[in-house]
Amino acid sequence: MSPDLECKNLTRRFGDTLAVDNVSFSVPRGSFFSILGPSGCGKTTIMRMIAGFLEPSSGDILIRGKSVVDTPPNKRPVNMVFQHLALFPMMNVADNIGYGLRRAGVAKPEIARKVEEALDRIGLPGIGSRKVNELSGGQKQRVAIARCMVLEPDVLLLDEPLGALDLKLRERLKVELKSLQAAFDTTFVYITHDQSEALVMSDRIAVMNEGRFEQVGSGQDLYYRPDTAFVAGFVGDTNRWSGRIERVSGDEMEMRTDSGMLMRGATHGRSLSEGDRADVFVRPEAIRIAHSAEELAHFDNRITGKVESILFNGAASRILVQDSSASGEIEVNLPQSGEFSGLSRGCEVQIGWSGAQGNCFAAGDA
Amino acid sequence: MRAEAKLGLILLLTPLLLWLSLLILIPHVDMFLVSLRERIGVGEYRISFANYLTFINEPLYLRTFIRTAVMSTLATMITLLIAFPVSYYIAKIARGRVQSALFLLCLVPFWVSELVRTFGWMILLRETGLISNLLQWAGLVDGPVEMLYNDAAIMVGLVYTSMLFMVVPLVTTLESLPDEVIEAGYDLGGGGGAVMREIVIPHAAPGIVSGCIVVFMLSLGNYLTPIMLGGKDSLWFTELIYSQFIVRFNWELGAAFGFLLLGLSSAIVWGMLKLTGQSLEKTMG
Amino acid sequence: MTPSIPQPRIVTLAYTGYVIAFFVFLALPLVVVAVFAFNDSQFPSLPWEGFTWNWFFGSERPMIGVFHERSILRAIGTSAFVAVLVSILSVAVGLSNAFLFNRYRFRGQEILYIFMLLPLVIPGIVLGISILVFSSRIANGMWDLAQWDIEALRPGLTLVVLGQFSFIATISTLVIAARLQKFDRTLEEAAMNLGANRITAVRTITLPYLGPAMIGAFVVAFLMSFENFNTTLMLVGSDAPLTIAMFDRLKEGSTPLLNAVSLLLMLGSSCLALVMIAFQRKG
Repeated sequence: MSPDLECKNLTRRFGDTLAVDNVSFSVPRGSFFSILGPSGCGKTTIMRMIAGFLEPSSGDILIRGKSVVDTPPNKRPVNMVFQHLALFPMMNVADNIGYGLRRAGVAKPEIARKVEEALDRIGLPGIGSRKVNELSGGQKQRVAIARCMVLEPDVLLLDEPLGALDLKLRERLKVELKSLQAAFDTTFVYITHDQSEALVMSDRIAVMNEGRFEQVGSGQDLYYRPDTAFVAGFVGDTNRWSGRIERVSGDEMEMRTDSGMLMRGATHGRSLSEGDRADVFVRPEAIRIAHSAEELAHFDNRITGKVESILFNGAASRILVQDSSASGEIEVNLPQSGEFSGLSRGCEVQIGWSGAQGNCFAAGDA
Repeated sequence: MRAEAKLGLILLLTPLLLWLSLLILIPHVDMFLVSLRERIGVGEYRISFANYLTFINEPLYLRTFIRTAVMSTLATMITLLIAFPVSYYIAKIARGRVQSALFLLCLVPFWVSELVRTFGWMILLRETGLISNLLQWAGLVDGPVEMLYNDAAIMVGLVYTSMLFMVVPLVTTLESLPDEVIEAGYDLGGGGGAVMREIVIPHAAPGIVSGCIVVFMLSLGNYLTPIMLGGKDSLWFTELIYSQFIVRFNWELGAAFGFLLLGLSSAIVWGMLKLTGQSLEKTMG
Repeated sequence: MTPSIPQPRIVTLAYTGYVIAFFVFLALPLVVVAVFAFNDSQFPSLPWEGFTWNWFFGSERPMIGVFHERSILRAIGTSAFVAVLVSILSVAVGLSNAFLFNRYRFRGQEILYIFMLLPLVIPGIVLGISILVFSSRIANGMWDLAQWDIEALRPGLTLVVLGQFSFIATISTLVIAARLQKFDRTLEEAAMNLGANRITAVRTITLPYLGPAMIGAFVVAFLMSFENFNTTLMLVGSDAPLTIAMFDRLKEGSTPLLNAVSLLLMLGSSCLALVMIAFQRKG
């Protein structure tokens, strides 16, 4: 079975700038695929090329095995949920959803039936005669999806459709989108700059930077086993130190940071050698905090420091620890056990982590 | 309301009320009253509809009235047809500096007196004019051709003069339509025609209405263009008003004509607003 | 169609061609008027008899230039005088109206607003005759009652100013009100919080904010007044503003002198328009 969407060596230039640089990927049928990247990385360009609003400079786009590069946008078996949804304000909800069916020449009673069905499916029965601007943000979102889904596209493209919504609603719609995708059993290609959206919803995620895919994989892959420094820094929160590698032996390595701290870590099979400049990434939740040094004896990295500030944020609370020997600042997750609830600014604490939990990349990667 | 606020309100209301009552409301009511007077002797008048009956019974007056209305409607439609693609180009196709430059270019003729514009068309269209010479030079005609002094010339002048008032509201409404919405129309399977019919034109409706209202009104009330570009028998209703007032000094009949013109223009404006469900505040304000 | 929708090349070309043709149509009459101002001939038409500045600076018959033609110069002066008066009146009343509709809520406000818009949909010639009829009737009444002859109520510059003001005031109101609408009222509150009273707050904060709109309204009013024809035609007395003077000349036959005047008008209004755009940018 050919994949629903396949891009081969897709490239797009705007004048001298290379917006999309030789990107290839394929999306299997029925999966939720996200492209995650900072703004300006080229993800919107890819999406617009798939939808047909931009011509690739070179490369091919195949949908179910057929090239669509020469197909105009209104004939492609893909539909798009636009960033600002692009619901037609001059039509009511039912006419919005029925628009594509009318274009396809479907008979009127059939259109009415399908529209009703779609409204049921998105959990908004009976709102067909409402005006678009009477809907709430979440309802608009669902109508925009229904408008595409009645056409039974091979691929549904979603261009940061949650971007304009407030945080609470965004959290809810993430879950909702995922279940809609399961309900419609259609391939979704979703682009976003919000890692949490990508991590929560996607089966596979491509991390994109400066026109290229840095890594394609599941959320876990990206989070725990980043391929590049960019991915390590972009996906999830992390401490990052730059420095020079002092020793490499087997899988173990040591790096002296520019602020003078000595870090022990693992190469995880990456080619690193003595004297290289490198970056070490350690996630705040990988770092343990303790009152006495003995509790951390089993970690190969141990630091005594002072609490610089407490960033209280409920379950995601953290502290910033100032290393006492050097000038580095380290972000550490605060355990939820309440054990450290008495911590205050200026307290001395011990922190430690296992070097294998960190990731080290030769500098210049990012 | 506090005394201070009340005083402010009164102070601000006064100029508005003076302006609207003394220069708009009372003069029009007065004009209507004058139009109802019938002269029965020197300095003696009585109230009657005689002036309006004269209008109905004199074929020239009635014909001119209808002609003016029909030609103005036609001019409005032609202006819309010409202006729409251009406005769409400015609003949706052109980008950045080209866009603002084109828009500014559309405004230029407006900054020049209507008299000058009409004069320009006279130079172009007359027997010894540029177009006639051009046609002769190209060998398309044998002798000089007179293109001035006919209804077509009036139409050209009216369309030209009104163009700006159609382009500006059209560009403004079309610009407010996000590209995304047009793209969605295509993405969901629409062709150019369907997108135009179901998305672009409904969205532009307020602009179309306000453009048409202004253009129609300007054409109806135009005096210069028909006089300068029109022929001996292409009479315009405003010419009748002028001649009753200034030449014949029959103010009673002139006032009746003025009121008829006002009635026609108001009726059309009101009808168009009702037909399209728009309101005057939204289209004009 | 947007640039992102692929179109056949021929369609794009045809469309661009159409737009170019449109702008040629727009420019043609103006260019022709301008060019023939320099024709060394008695008629603004072909054949081209050679280039001359005489229609601007000539001082001998038959080619008396604009700058030596008394009647034209006087008409320009009259027009400018009328236009300045109309602009001042319109901006003042427009400012007052903008505050009235923006800051106060009172019964009948909506109706009054619609009423305020009406001058835009009344044909100019009808505005002219209604004011003519009304003022003449008052003047006649005054004469009959008390043998007063109120010169101002007879056709003449006073009536021209009032007639033009009657609809230009609407436009200046709309221009100023649009800017006032965008004004952030907390700025005034901040000024009062810092010790200004209400009037001072408006004078020091709101009016400077409205400055560009007032200048814009003034320029628009000036240009509209300067080129007004229909309303002026019905109310004019012996002092003819420029458009009327040119119209009278044109009826007698056209000479390149009129082209020269027209060209000066075009240059003048372009300069004013540029000034306005510059001010708008700054504001």
